[in-house]
Amino acid sequence: MSRSIKKGPYVDPKLLVKIQELAKSGQKKVIKTWSRSSTITPEFVGHTLAVHNGNKFIPVYIHEGMVGHKLGEFAPTRIFRGHPGLKSEATTTTTEA
Amino acid sequence: MARIAGIDLPKNKRSEIGLTYIYGLSRSSAQKILSAAGVDWNKRIGELSDDEVAKIRSIITSDYKVEGALRAETQMNIKRLMDINCYRGLRHRKGLPVRGQRTRTNARSRKGKRKTVAGKKKAIAKK
Repeated sequence: MSRSIKKGPYVDPKLLVKIQELAKSGQKKVIKTWSRSSTITPEFVGHTLAVHNGNKFIPVYIHEGMVGHKLGEFAPTRIFRGHPGLKSEATTTTTEA
Repeated sequence: MARIAGIDLPKNKRSEIGLTYIYGLSRSSAQKILSAAGVDWNKRIGELSDDEVAKIRSIITSDYKVEGALRAETQMNIKRLMDINCYRGLRHRKGLPVRGQRTRTNARSRKGKRKTVAGKKKAIAKK
């Protein structure tokens, strides 16, 4: 179920303030954020945000096509390194570990 | 033989069903088209007059996106997801389910036929 239109898109208010300040001063700076659930609004376009994935910050450059998506969609939380015990990968990865 | 949207429609089917052979038309959209054209749903495709076929064709071309155009649109939407590097795009790239379904079992429509992984038993025995 999608969010009520009446409420408008959810954006972390603190994050929004930071973005607006950046836009006002005209400079580009990477903003660190944990707010993965924030929707990307048109103001975000052209900025780079470092989105937390639970472990580290993933730099995400926002372009137009991303508007309407959530920040978390661009910072994957899981890394798939192949299945355990697979021969081809076993020789390359597990020998080192 | 009625030819609509570049597709040959089956002669002996009821028109309501026959129209669904066009990619992008369902039972309900076929019914809407037929009632807008004033054609009885039960009339066989082969029995439609040229007039009726022309009417149906004009309704489809003006109000519906079908066949190639629709396929292209879907492809474009998927391509957009893949280009912006979002989670759904990644899932499309890997050929895995996009909407959060489980992949431990099932998910065969997306993953295709089972690829049995050999040598798993051996690894356990070694331990």
